[in-house]
Amino acid sequence: MSLPSKEQIKALKTLCTKIRIEIIQMLLAAGSGHTAGPLGSVEEFVGLYFGGSVKYDTSNPLADNRDIVVVSCGHYAPAYYAVLAYAGFFPIDKLKELRSFGSPLQGHPHRGELPGVETTSGPLGEGLSQAVGMALALKMNHKKNHVFCLMSDGEQDEGNTWEAVLLANKYHLDNLVVIIDRNNMQISGTTEKVLPLEKLADKYISFGWETMEIDGNDLKSVIYALHKAKNFKVGPVAIIAKTIPGYGVKFMENKPQWHGKAPNAREAEKAIKLLSE
Amino acid sequence: MLKNGIKETIFLEKAKRETTRVGFGEGLLLAGEKNRQVVALSADLCESTQVEKFKIRFPESYVEVGVAEQNLVGVAAGLAHLGKIPFAASYAVFSPGRTWEQIRTTICYNNQNVKIVGSHSGLTVGSDGATHQALEDIALMRVLPNMTVLSPCDYLEARRLTLLAAEWQGPTYIRLDRDKTPLITTLDTHCKIGQAETFWAPENNQKATVAILATGPIIYKALIAAKELLKGKIEVEVINFSTVKPLDETTLIRIGKNIGKVVTVENHQKAGGFGSAVSEFYSQYLPIPMEILGINDQFGQSGTAEELLEYYGLGAKDIIAAVKRILNR
Repeated sequence: MSLPSKEQIKALKTLCTKIRIEIIQMLLAAGSGHTAGPLGSVEEFVGLYFGGSVKYDTSNPLADNRDIVVVSCGHYAPAYYAVLAYAGFFPIDKLKELRSFGSPLQGHPHRGELPGVETTSGPLGEGLSQAVGMALALKMNHKKNHVFCLMSDGEQDEGNTWEAVLLANKYHLDNLVVIIDRNNMQISGTTEKVLPLEKLADKYISFGWETMEIDGNDLKSVIYALHKAKNFKVGPVAIIAKTIPGYGVKFMENKPQWHGKAPNAREAEKAIKLLSE
Repeated sequence: MLKNGIKETIFLEKAKRETTRVGFGEGLLLAGEKNRQVVALSADLCESTQVEKFKIRFPESYVEVGVAEQNLVGVAAGLAHLGKIPFAASYAVFSPGRTWEQIRTTICYNNQNVKIVGSHSGLTVGSDGATHQALEDIALMRVLPNMTVLSPCDYLEARRLTLLAAEWQGPTYIRLDRDKTPLITTLDTHCKIGQAETFWAPENNQKATVAILATGPIIYKALIAAKELLKGKIEVEVINFSTVKPLDETTLIRIGKNIGKVVTVENHQKAGGFGSAVSEFYSQYLPIPMEILGINDQFGQSGTAEELLEYYGLGAKDIIAAVKRILNR
């Protein structure tokens, strides 16, 4: 699939802002949830679902020839759900149900609840293992589809993640592309204070992965990196996407206290005003 | 007397023995020949979990993940998502021991058709000692929604249940043993997931006074106990529960109403295990006296299987004593 044009990228940037406003409204309605991570990851989700590299069919979400997106960081649910809705998997109107009783928009994504959600996630460090299993299944079936896996940087603390990193290298999974949302923030503080991850790119390189480092809040960079990674003849590929947690809402940016809480009415209003400027 | 196609020769000194894990390994190979979607995963224990035969026959459907059990079950969940039928094998202490939360989230809640195979369960692991003796795995697995729990009593039943598990939809746990145990069942013995089977019952439709319910190869001790008890004119019924979850409630109701006294036997902790599951049923719906034989909130140790079963109170004489106790209640 081809790269989007300049005009298309411009339109997608407007979509990113719209998604951010949607996230704030969803979190306000829900009264709880994660704010900073989802806001910072919008370009990654939009890049995946609108950048042309991931093949999907909203009228047949489980189509055999689809590419698979595994969202390992389940706490990014608000951004994930909003982008799925705007991509056409389910009505945008449903987004206001986030975290409410009986809704398919569970606090953390659950397979079978919402079209487009491939797997259940929330407990950290489990998505990559599943993505590796899916990539192996595609290889066994001689299929050309790709598996994309989005991870948070906090998930790099998990031993389970590195078990999967080793195995992906062993089987030379050139059909596996990972994006790591490198926002330097986890629930108790910065990643380098909680458990230093640097040099993260070097770690992936030494584990045998193709590695790219990009500005994850620059939509064009994300889209280009995804296309490049998908077309690599070798793999697996890790895209380390540097982002700002809370991106777009100045008073939320780089603040650990916005990792795991939702805005109140006054904060939401202020955030939406900033995003609309 | 023995029922259900089981022959008197099982009591001979030289009765044939084989491990349930060998039965699993052969069943897995047959399952692979029957359905090419069957895949196998090992965490560096290919030979001792008996996945080896499958690996040699179907190398392209085999995944070796290394000593990384969390990844073992996560990768299995991913394979199942695209229609594979993965059997993920390790020692029960490591999986489902170490992998419990991954199984909970990525297999049970996610409802993926993965078969978790836990070998080296129970005290009968023997000389490796307590670190390698899984005494908690039934409890860990039966508490998870969507999970089916299988615990074969011998080599042949393990082989047949493995084949059935490959056709069974949904997360399944198969509990296996390290040690060679007597061959009890024959091809004439009924074997079906979710169905308990009587292995011993009084002759000429006489009434049993106690029912002994057992899961796993330890049922052999219950059969020896039944034979001994008969010498003292005590008639019992011995029932094999190869499926711990879902429990065969039809059989439990029949036993509860017709016999009314139950001894359970398992090579597992009493807390949360098979006897515990049976008592959850009876205490709520049909209160009757029960004796639960299992490991009493302790860890194991090194020793031979026989030494350990005797020390921890799981020998035939302990079953006989429990039957006599319950007769006086």
